[in-house]
Amino acid sequence: MEERVAISVKNIRKNFKLPHERYTSLKQSAMHLFTRKGFTRFEALKDVSFEVMEGEFFGIVGRNGSGKSTLLKLLGGIYQPTSGRIAIHGSLSPFIELGVGFNPELSGRDNVFLNGAILGLSRKQIEEKYDDIVAFSELHEFMDQKLKNYSSGMQVRLAFSIAIQARSDILLIDEVLAVGDANFQQKCYNFFREMKREKRTIVFVSHDMNAIKDFCDRALLIQDGVVAAVGAPDRIINKYNRLNIVERKELESVEYAMDTANRWGSGDLVVKDVVTKLKGRPRKSFEPGEDITIEIKATVKRKVDQPIFGLIIKSPQGLRVMVTNTRLMGLKTKAYSRGETVTFSCSVKNIFSNGRYTISPGLADTDGNVFYDWIEDAAWFEVHNSDSNDGVVLPDHTLKVFVES
Amino acid sequence: MSSASDSPMRAAVEFKTRRKYWGLVRELAAADFKLKYQGSVFGYLWSLMKPLAIFGVLYLVFSVFVRIGSDIPNYPVYLLLGIVLWNYFAESTVNGMRAIVDKGDLIRKVYFPRIMILLASSLSALITLVLNLLIVAVFLLFAHTDQSWQSFGFLFLILELYLLSVGISLFLGALFVRFRDFAYIWEVALQLLFYASAIIYPLSLVPERFQKLLVLSPITQIVQDARWLLVSKQTTTGFAILAHWALIPYLIPPLLAITGYIYFERAASMFAEDV
Repeated sequence: MEERVAISVKNIRKNFKLPHERYTSLKQSAMHLFTRKGFTRFEALKDVSFEVMEGEFFGIVGRNGSGKSTLLKLLGGIYQPTSGRIAIHGSLSPFIELGVGFNPELSGRDNVFLNGAILGLSRKQIEEKYDDIVAFSELHEFMDQKLKNYSSGMQVRLAFSIAIQARSDILLIDEVLAVGDANFQQKCYNFFREMKREKRTIVFVSHDMNAIKDFCDRALLIQDGVVAAVGAPDRIINKYNRLNIVERKELESVEYAMDTANRWGSGDLVVKDVVTKLKGRPRKSFEPGEDITIEIKATVKRKVDQPIFGLIIKSPQGLRVMVTNTRLMGLKTKAYSRGETVTFSCSVKNIFSNGRYTISPGLADTDGNVFYDWIEDAAWFEVHNSDSNDGVVLPDHTLKVFVES
Repeated sequence: MSSASDSPMRAAVEFKTRRKYWGLVRELAAADFKLKYQGSVFGYLWSLMKPLAIFGVLYLVFSVFVRIGSDIPNYPVYLLLGIVLWNYFAESTVNGMRAIVDKGDLIRKVYFPRIMILLASSLSALITLVLNLLIVAVFLLFAHTDQSWQSFGFLFLILELYLLSVGISLFLGALFVRFRDFAYIWEVALQLLFYASAIIYPLSLVPERFQKLLVLSPITQIVQDARWLLVSKQTTTGFAILAHWALIPYLIPPLLAITGYIYFERAASMFAEDV
């Protein structure tokens, strides 16, 4: 079968002019008519090229600010490229964001017609599909109520139900699965599978590596406005995760992560070190069943009262496997004064399955409103499971095989 | 350098998809109209009551207190017609100017031909005009004005007025994205136009050489023609005082609509970034 190109992107550049001050009046413009230094040029995309084949489920991943959204907006025709060429072969459904144009003062029913029209559906088409939309959203008894009385989950359900009716050849989907309950998410996934079966061309932007892995035929990693890699999802996900892990040489010093974008917080209490130990001795790799002790040492820079200490363990795929903190577990902390070093330790049985897991420490004020320090993937440990295992965890469990008598 | 809009493939797709967005004009206009009267007890009735109230005031002022137009039969209806047409022009251009900026949220998130927003805004003002004209029609009947087949010429005038309003809105809507000054500029310009267009006084009151100047403005020409067709043949029209120069005001609206369209389409690709 001959493969045809659905989207072809060639040498796309996109610059934004960021004015130092925004001139929104004539006077300001007139005053600065002859000064040329009024703005900074920001290169959001630098020479991006790739192709998406017809019937392909194509993922785009990248960290925040990498240029993903700009790229999607260019594909959707919202922005015009500074230079380069985008060719779209077929009709394109631009649901970059769900529920665009929803008006809280109008009824659910009116919003279906309005949003449908924005997605390019005619009134007749929407009338034909209206019952399907209502059925899919499960909002039958709410359709005559104003949208402002809907919960955010209900709004998303309605929006998604309309969006999937825009049956064009090419769909652009941006991170739509973040909201909605498990049941509705399942419906969305089913819809994706159906799209995949129908061989529709889909460009899918997501932070959810599981979704990328499950659905995409190919994926693209974008970093700082350039294409870092294109290829099989597994390979791209690995690359993406490696970007997120702060590569650290030799000693377990957190100093390295100090100036990366993956660290933020007020700095009242700062993480000095993150160490993993086995029976009191530093260790980086663990056998199944061993007790892993994670020690987080923090220095008090300004007096803090009953702070929360917490950590997240992420799987090699970047999934949060375990989230814990002192408040969650009901552990009272004290007031600490400037200069003190506080150690927070967490002991956990190694039920992890295989590969390199990362630790992200987090320190916050007593209500969890202010982050003192947060370092994404500050340290890591490895688990070697002799039986190669695909799962995220391998807890103690028993298996049985028997024939029902 | 080539961009997506230069690509013939993209252009072809754009042309094909453009048609399907006509529905959007209708939905946006309908939503606009619904929202306008939301929270008011009488709702749509206000669209009808407003011209009625205006007529009451005009009748009181010009038939009882001041007797400016006493030589013109049915002067209150004559005035009402002018004011209804003017209100449409003012409302439609002011809304048109703000339309793109007001829908900025939409523009930043989804692609559709931007002109649809502007057309929707003009349509919603047109609905109000039609409702107002129904009231005017009732007064015309009660006032025993003579109507003939010539009255249908009024439809042509509405088309001309629509082109004029849309043409100006296209310029203002695109300019307002970059320069918010136009809100003030247009407010003053409208005031000036209002008094220069013989809306609340008969054109015949103006010294003759200024009459010729005033009637060159399409808005004066439309109002005067409409009064001539529907209310009173004593109305001073461009044809009566200008001879062949009288054609000029008829040419301005289509010219504005065409140049406005070209200007708007050029500016439109940057709306998502500038708005």
